Amino acid sequence: MPNEKLQQIRFISPVGSVGGGISGAAVEEAMAQAPDFIACDAGTTDAGPFSLGTGTPAFPREAVKRDLSLMLRAGRKANIPVIIGSAGTAGGDVHVDWVLEIAREIVAEHDLTLRTAVIYAEQDKTYLKRLLRENRILPLDPAPPISDSIIDGSSRIVGMMGVEPLQQAISDGADFVLAGRCSDSALFAAIPLMRDFPPGLAWHAGKVSECGTLVCETLGKGVIFTTVSQDEITIRPYGVGLRCTPQSVAAHSLYENADPYLHRECSGTFDLTKATFEAIDGVTVRIRGSKFISEPYTVKLEGAELAGYQSIIVGGIRDPYIIRQLDSWLGSVRSYIEGSIARVLGDRADKSSYSIFFHRYGINAVMGGLEPDPKHLPHEVGIVLEATAPTQDMAHKLAQLSRQPLLHYPIKEWVGSTTAFACLHNPAVIDRGPVYRFNLNHVAVPTTPVEMFRTHLIDLCGPTSS
Amino acid sequence: MILADIANLIRSKNAGPFTLTFDIMFADLESYRRVKDSGALNPAAFAKLYCCPVDKVRYFECENALAFKFSIPRPLTQGELGDGDTHGGQQFIPLMNVEIP
Repeated sequence: MPNEKLQQIRFISPVGSVGGGISGAAVEEAMAQAPDFIACDAGTTDAGPFSLGTGTPAFPREAVKRDLSLMLRAGRKANIPVIIGSAGTAGGDVHVDWVLEIAREIVAEHDLTLRTAVIYAEQDKTYLKRLLRENRILPLDPAPPISDSIIDGSSRIVGMMGVEPLQQAISDGADFVLAGRCSDSALFAAIPLMRDFPPGLAWHAGKVSECGTLVCETLGKGVIFTTVSQDEITIRPYGVGLRCTPQSVAAHSLYENADPYLHRECSGTFDLTKATFEAIDGVTVRIRGSKFISEPYTVKLEGAELAGYQSIIVGGIRDPYIIRQLDSWLGSVRSYIEGSIARVLGDRADKSSYSIFFHRYGINAVMGGLEPDPKHLPHEVGIVLEATAPTQDMAHKLAQLSRQPLLHYPIKEWVGSTTAFACLHNPAVIDRGPVYRFNLNHVAVPTTPVEMFRTHLIDLCGPTSS
Repeated sequence: MILADIANLIRSKNAGPFTLTFDIMFADLESYRRVKDSGALNPAAFAKLYCCPVDKVRYFECENALAFKFSIPRPLTQGELGDGDTHGGQQFIPLMNVEIP
């Protein structure tokens, strides 16, 4: 009966992020239930723009290799596809290649054969500038300004792919789909949508599964096992002491989302306004009523640009006379530092080209202008001085020139020379290297869902088959 | 009573690099309804606490999650020079002391 619809499709989400530490025992338990595929997210912007800017991953290589090895071996053993997205934290081409190299090692060490689809998500700047000219790049709210020079000045720009490039890879027979930047939910929705399951349920199933056991009442080591049928989703964990409850699954839609009900994807929005959650047993929850609204196709862009190079000094102040006048004291210290910089470095360090920032731990370093209690003075204040400049050499010199004023700038309460700042380190100056900023909060409007992504099909083979 | 005494979780987090989001969650429907019925949580009150235009505050009541949610543009983009909370996880403090009559 070729036209009969599949009754259900089942998948596992082994961990919230590749490298986070998969429980081998829980995977084994979940694999015994014969899932149809394994999918796992490997990226996030949550750590900041550094990964995208530099092309480096946030997890150690060994952690990624361990998790990837567990998934690829489980996938091969059961002959089901493994889909990994947002490879290497930021999902740029260099990140994808880094994970691909790890996969090659795993294949060699375990003598696997893997038809692999590698999908690149980094964006060509000439292409993006053409889209910009054609008004095919639209701002989200709030969006920084965009122009040809912003695009050209970016270290790296990625597009967040939807299900379509993943589905093409599965149609092409991939056992292993290794994708660059990708919607988390799309990793799990791609195959259910290919098999004609209702889009609202397919997307919502992806959404509740993508963070691994974060959807449980209490976070712990385990695997999420999700089943999508024509009219409902069921979700349960495998792992000691873990359980999904109607509240925990409903609440997961809030986490790291601006809107708990409407979730924008490339091809439209899934709407959880009418979703219902009910307990089936002590650990399993049934979801119904999730909808999907098709909309014009857009691809979210993420970009990072170099903000400069940074050097810092860390220390503290305990003197109550200084703490009670810290604002004005630091203001005077800053003026003194700026004077030294102008005197010593002259035209090489124009005031508009650098930044000196004092983080004041104990007062408002954490909340800045939002601090509700800025007048409360602690007995001790931690200071991190951040000097940012166009080169590391310049940032280092700015921090060096800041040390003496911080140490010795006088106050009228004490007569004679004082040392006001307790330096934590010698040398006091720590070079932090390049720092980046996110410079895009926009979507692109491509003419087709796949034109922004490049897929390479390759066969990875272990020693026996190669 | 203050909100921190009734909620079982008040948290803040980035929702992408440009947005801060706040979740206020409860152990039971009674606590959720008590706060909801008090009217203490609303966009205007939140805008005042977070020094933000009221039309930029998004507010959600999520009864099936026993939760309220607010989202605002981040005062500084994540990782911008001067940003002291990369993950946005420590920005919920002003909500703790909201009086629930």
